[in-house]
Amino acid sequence: MQDFSAAFIAAFTLIATADPDFLEIIGLSLRVTLTAVLIACLIGLPLGAALAVFRFPGRLALTILVNALMGLPPVVVGLTVYMLLSRAGPLGVLELLYTPTAMIIAQTILVAPIIAALTRQVVADLNAEYDELLRAMGSSRAGRVATLIWDARYSLLTAALAGLGRAFAEVGAVLIVGGNINHVTRVMTTAIALETARGELALALGLGLVLILIAILINSALMGLRASAERMAYA
Amino acid sequence: MPEAALALAPSVALTGDDRFWPVEINGLTYAAGGKVLVDGLNFRIVQGPVTAIMGPNGAGKSITLRLIAGLIAPSAGTMSYGGASMPGANQIAVVFQRPVLLRRSVAANLDHALKTYGVDRDQRRDRVKALLALGQLEDLARQPARVLSGGEQQRLALVRALAAEPCLLLLDEPTASLDPQATAAIEGLIARAKADGIKVMLITHDRGQAQRVADDVLFMHAGRIVEQTPTDRFFDRPQSPEAAAYNDGRLLLPSNASNSGS
Repeated sequence: MQDFSAAFIAAFTLIATADPDFLEIIGLSLRVTLTAVLIACLIGLPLGAALAVFRFPGRLALTILVNALMGLPPVVVGLTVYMLLSRAGPLGVLELLYTPTAMIIAQTILVAPIIAALTRQVVADLNAEYDELLRAMGSSRAGRVATLIWDARYSLLTAALAGLGRAFAEVGAVLIVGGNINHVTRVMTTAIALETARGELALALGLGLVLILIAILINSALMGLRASAERMAYA
Repeated sequence: MPEAALALAPSVALTGDDRFWPVEINGLTYAAGGKVLVDGLNFRIVQGPVTAIMGPNGAGKSITLRLIAGLIAPSAGTMSYGGASMPGANQIAVVFQRPVLLRRSVAANLDHALKTYGVDRDQRRDRVKALLALGQLEDLARQPARVLSGGEQQRLALVRALAAEPCLLLLDEPTASLDPQATAAIEGLIARAKADGIKVMLITHDRGQAQRVADDVLFMHAGRIVEQTPTDRFFDRPQSPEAAAYNDGRLLLPSNASNSGS
């Protein structure tokens, strides 16, 4: 127990003194995850909206695939991206393995289906509600998609935050493709895994506290969004 | 009605409308699930008088309205709009019994409609103001549309439809769930649209409403048009036994089994 309390004290010291190595890990985590979620939004929002609104061959198959990919285990994504980017793989020439870019690719693959599937559900429901009105107005297809995405904005932000939560929390994919290299690809979750294994609980605990704080912030944002959407009758 | 409302639609009934009238409907039929719900309608819609579509539930009134609006495709028959097989953009506007409002403010709902109807951004602000005034919604402009009362929501839906500056305005029981005061406001807007040269057709079950706003009554029964008669005569001396029975509140037995939808 003495070790644990010492670890807690050391962890709080890391946070309080803004230790540069500690901040570097948090900074890389934020950079990788936020970039991945942004790219996943750019892919997932239009893809989900298209699956909800347009009729095209393969739509059902794609919908099933996207929904199935929602529950993709991070280590499988890691393995897949690893094989793609490794020297022997098809994208080996890019030499991206064990770089933050590889981690961003892996997290994008992990998060995009979540955002696409949630977007599809939200937009499909709204499309059913607005359908007769928009047809009566003679709205164009592009106009329809724009209307639906804007009116679903609160729900879509919720989807993005759900993706953000998943990306921050996952360790398997970034560990495999990033390699947890100090000062290069070490992020919060991989550092916790490594430091715990080595018995260096202070850094692990400090990072764990920051992760919990981020989770609380994301969920506060979710609750705030939901409350204001309901108050404004925009939900 | 406030004077600002006069800015509504100076162009209506003057310009492109010549290409819309008359609307000719020939053999219009709609069947679904093995039932003929609208059965070979032949009629002509002419500019001017307000027409009330009346008839018992299941007569095919709403389906007829949706067919005219192009929201559903007929099983058989043709419609022509001033000789064209399709109405032009914005020529027909529809208001439903339960208004569908966007998850936006009152003003943003109107702005969205104007944008969809192709009105330039720099003109939209003034048009939104005029429409808000027309619907007596100025004080509610920034309110989310979906927190308005039922009457306010329907006023918004109606002025939003008028934003299209349509030739033909189709209303499906617009006051069915409204109190008398809210109903009066909607009827005021209908009179206003008529004065602006917009042809209004409304489905109603309210005899008083038909007498207040409609010039003639198109009476439907069992998917067919039974008669189209000036309103006063329809209630005093209806031409058909079906209309007489409907006016007396007597039970109408449909001549076929179709009884779904209205």
